Amino acid sequence: MDLAVVVVIQILYAVASLALISIGLAIIFGMMGVINFAHGEFLMMGGYAFILSYNAGVNFWIAMLVVAPLAVTVIGVAVERLIIRHLYGRVIETVLATWGLSLFLIGLAATVLGYHQKGVTPPFGTIRIGAYQEGGYTFFVILVTLALMAALYAGFKYTRWGLIARGTMQNARMASGIGVNVDRVYATTFGIGAGLSGLAGAILAPIAGVLPEIGVTYVVKAFITVIGGGAVALAGTGAAASLFGAVSQAVTFLSRPVVGEVALLVVAIVLLRLLPLGITGRYFRRGL
Amino acid sequence: MTVKRRSFIKTSAAGAAALAAGPYFWPKGASAADTIKGGAIYDLSGDLQLFGKNQWACAEMAIDEINAAGGVLGKKLEVKTYDSQSQMQAYNQYARQMVLRDKVAVVQGGLTSSSREVIRPILHKLKTLYFYNTNYEGGVCDRNFFATGATPGGYVDLLSGEAMKRWGKSVYIMAADYNYGQITAKWIQKAVKDAGGKVVGEEFFPLTVNQFGPTISKIQAAKPDFVMNVFVGPAHASFYGQWASAGMNKEIPMVSTTFGAAGEVVRMPPEIADGIMTCYSYYEDLDIPFNKKWLAEFRKRNGTDYGYLTDVPPKDWYGWIFWAKAVNEAGTTEREKVIEVLEGGLTIDGPGGPLTMDAKTHHCTMDMYIGQAKGGKFEIQKKVAQVPPTNTGNQCDLIARPDTNIMYEPKI
Repeated sequence: MDLAVVVVIQILYAVASLALISIGLAIIFGMMGVINFAHGEFLMMGGYAFILSYNAGVNFWIAMLVVAPLAVTVIGVAVERLIIRHLYGRVIETVLATWGLSLFLIGLAATVLGYHQKGVTPPFGTIRIGAYQEGGYTFFVILVTLALMAALYAGFKYTRWGLIARGTMQNARMASGIGVNVDRVYATTFGIGAGLSGLAGAILAPIAGVLPEIGVTYVVKAFITVIGGGAVALAGTGAAASLFGAVSQAVTFLSRPVVGEVALLVVAIVLLRLLPLGITGRYFRRGL
Repeated sequence: MTVKRRSFIKTSAAGAAALAAGPYFWPKGASAADTIKGGAIYDLSGDLQLFGKNQWACAEMAIDEINAAGGVLGKKLEVKTYDSQSQMQAYNQYARQMVLRDKVAVVQGGLTSSSREVIRPILHKLKTLYFYNTNYEGGVCDRNFFATGATPGGYVDLLSGEAMKRWGKSVYIMAADYNYGQITAKWIQKAVKDAGGKVVGEEFFPLTVNQFGPTISKIQAAKPDFVMNVFVGPAHASFYGQWASAGMNKEIPMVSTTFGAAGEVVRMPPEIADGIMTCYSYYEDLDIPFNKKWLAEFRKRNGTDYGYLTDVPPKDWYGWIFWAKAVNEAGTTEREKVIEVLEGGLTIDGPGGPLTMDAKTHHCTMDMYIGQAKGGKFEIQKKVAQVPPTNTGNQCDLIARPDTNIMYEPKI
């Protein structure tokens, strides 16, 4: 019985962490269509922003939930203005530019920040479940991801800004024609995507550590999740994260970690073979 | 990266002028005669720069020391350094370049086993000595190859033995899912069984895995007396935070063959890192006069932004000193003569204690220490003097069979 509870918690955690690392990319790639290979580095910068400000004396939660996303939002807007905006609609160039950006950011972090910034300890203690015990932080990650998804859904669905953003992504010329400042909407949306990545990086920092190359471990899984989700960014990412996270974690429990990794990829391949446009190519098409 | 266009043009121009001067004149090694050349290849940029930079810092210090003490054969040792950018094809290209163009007498460097296996065959074929100064899975048996690093045949026994004495006989093994992790896990299995212990679980992790929840639950169910890990890379480093988050670092002792090699003890807060036990041939906190002087010099040269040195980087210092001493004793850089001196049981003293080259295996006998992480550094708790390199299970004998050129795996 206690094992069953632990397995369920672990699966929820796997789904949540997959959704968390993908959500920023879902907006930048899923909504805006920008293939951002520097996504992992946005996460990495969020992690650094968090531990650096925390070690400089900022309150733990303010450093994690405010400083990190704000810092990466600012960087994201700068990247959009300097690089990305010249490349909308040019897929190959975007891939090259963001890949270069990724290498640049890793190099910059390695040279300027280095490998020896002191990390932080996960807060909350542990919770005992029969013969097992689980870190309280696991539950925090699950809850915060749920809250984030809900907030984004509400933001895009019920605010005027959300409506304009969705409209611009659907048809930029039309939006421009009715007086929307398309440039600003693109920059803001990209900034929000970057900020969410920064937030995710900060949330994962206590349990994953922060290194210049840490982004590399996230970026592939984030892309698989977003592509598996399809065109409807939020619902798609949520659905794909649920499917991939549950399958890989359950398989890891039943066999070994390497089989779990393989299972994730196999499910992704089969999924895209059956639903080439991702999950939301067929289901939740009217979602967000 | 080492050929600059300007200098290339200059050299070509000089060559052309020399050719024009007369058909029999060639500026053959005009300036090369007063220096002796060595080649160094380290991962100075890219994913492995964390290691490569410290390795080179130690190597550079050794080279400066050699030159300050009169050089090699009375000449200046001039080392050409190549940055592999953590790329295997660069190792391939630069290894050839060092031998064929730079005509070096020795090549030192490399970190990963894959990089070693790229350049080792090349240098073997081109008959240029190769020093590999990293702790690795062991087993290479090649007359042209010398290793100064520790190998699991030595430290796994010590580490698991010490852990079993302290905490009990059942162990759970977690290892990286490739060559180094798998072979080291085999050594652990053997060491634990030989000592009458029991392996209650064994799991392998691809280098990209950074979620350890299911494994932590499995360990909680298996209730081992201690966990022994062979983790590699940034993704695996995520384990320690998750282990501490689940409160396990206070319940089950953790032993590692790699922890601290990448500055973890500086990067991770003591609440996560404290108590992890390791076994290396070098720690900054070694209370040896040689080390105090050596470390002061290292800090003077490199400041503080290098983390915390353990096993690996100082071995590159040993490697260069070893070679220079062998050449000076042989009186020549000629490969055969230098090998003979090295096989004559050459010993050098260094920051981690004396190292002696083992003639049969071309690996080193060295002092090993048990160190436990505490408050951002390691507390040295035990010294085991002069551990011999048993990593080939006594299969390698380069004195009896000098033509051997293979890599042994432990027979378990």
